[in-house]
Amino acid sequence: MLDVQGLAYAYPDGHQALFGVDLHVHRGERVALLGPNGAGKTTLVLHLNGILTAGAGSVSVSGLPVEKTHLAEIRRRVGIVFQDPDDQLFMGTVRQDVAFGPANLGLKGAALEARVMTALEMVGMADFADRPPHHLSFGQRRRVAVATVLAMEPEILVLDEPSSNLDPASRRELADILRSLDVTVLMVTHDLPYALELCPRAVVLSDGHVVADDTTYDVLTDAALMRAHRLELPFGFDPRSIDSLPG
Amino acid sequence: MGAGHGHRLYFGGHSAVHRLPAHLKVLALVGFMLTVVATPRDWYPVFGGYLLVVVSVILLSRVPLLYVVRRMVIEVPFVVFALLVPFIATGPRTDVLGLAVSEPGLLAAWGLLAKGTLGVMASLTLAATTEPTDVLVGLRRLHLPDLVVQIMGFMIRYLDVVTSDLGRMMVSMRSRGMNPRSPRSWPTLARTLGALFIRSYERGERVHLAMLSRGYTGRLP
Repeated sequence: MLDVQGLAYAYPDGHQALFGVDLHVHRGERVALLGPNGAGKTTLVLHLNGILTAGAGSVSVSGLPVEKTHLAEIRRRVGIVFQDPDDQLFMGTVRQDVAFGPANLGLKGAALEARVMTALEMVGMADFADRPPHHLSFGQRRRVAVATVLAMEPEILVLDEPSSNLDPASRRELADILRSLDVTVLMVTHDLPYALELCPRAVVLSDGHVVADDTTYDVLTDAALMRAHRLELPFGFDPRSIDSLPG
Repeated sequence: MGAGHGHRLYFGGHSAVHRLPAHLKVLALVGFMLTVVATPRDWYPVFGGYLLVVVSVILLSRVPLLYVVRRMVIEVPFVVFALLVPFIATGPRTDVLGLAVSEPGLLAAWGLLAKGTLGVMASLTLAATTEPTDVLVGLRRLHLPDLVVQIMGFMIRYLDVVTSDLGRMMVSMRSRGMNPRSPRSWPTLARTLGALFIRSYERGERVHLAMLSRGYTGRLP
């Protein structure tokens, strides 16, 4: 459903971030996008909903190419959760913020309200609907940020560093929420145990090239590949020691 | 990040003043201020009446009077200015406590103080009884241009974020031995403000990206 072909992009200052990236994500998959800092992960993500326009190659979502003429529909289909929830939550209350996306899609009245509450219930934040975002904890804000995107009923959910800055309990709660969602997920992360826990498949981006696309387990246990692309497992963590992963 | 509910100036309650629709309160405040400003400053008893009106509204709202008074420190720079006027202004002199001061200056100072204090008290009463988001709803209902309301909304939302950004920068500078009170650190402070501006500007760009990603087309719903 997500189809990226030969995507290349250079920033206006001449720095080339992507060199012919191919990526296909099928419906219902959860895929981790791994890679060191500066590999081009965020640049790739910004192409998925047309914030950046491909220098060469193409991106399409469920058959619809990412082009200026149907950006609104593309942005409904691709929901991006940015890394800093303070960038994503800009309205006065949680309810208004979650309503922002669907209202832009033209929803009104009871339908809008229902959509907002469903999204907030999915992330367990329905009781906080009338609170201003800056009075929530960081973990709660991250969950509301996920809800703002879920409220648009996206076909693919793109998460940029979803576990960053979360305490272990919030990190686990977010994992439970992501597992409970019936949606395709592309997750950009440096948190390799999190990738292994949530995503059966992993793609490694390094210097603007896709250098691996395999099961997450095989990627994380390929010591040579890991070393070559500045990927390191946290101290004491060995994927081989885990017998079964949570469904 | 501020804990607890509501804005720093907001004092939660369920009085008639709290429940009044925000746009009526805004209208009442603007009307009151215009009347106060238009009143000639030598109608002394009338100002007493104005004060009575504001105090009655505060009492009616059950916001402790002290709560409002304590927040009136914001007026201090104006008070200082008002106190200087009688000494600086020209015109016939008169004696107050053995000091020769300008008579028109004295009157000007009184006018500034009385009108300023009434305005600040009335505005604080609005802020104490109305959530910032409701004020925005009220302004929109009064047909203030949408763009202006949007900008004010973002200001309310990000004031805390930017303040805590600055707070963290100050803590990190102090941790590395800077003394913000010493004039020697002023150049550093100036650069900090520059850095804060750039950070906020970049945050603005990221917020805009996040808005575009959710289908923003120039109008807030």
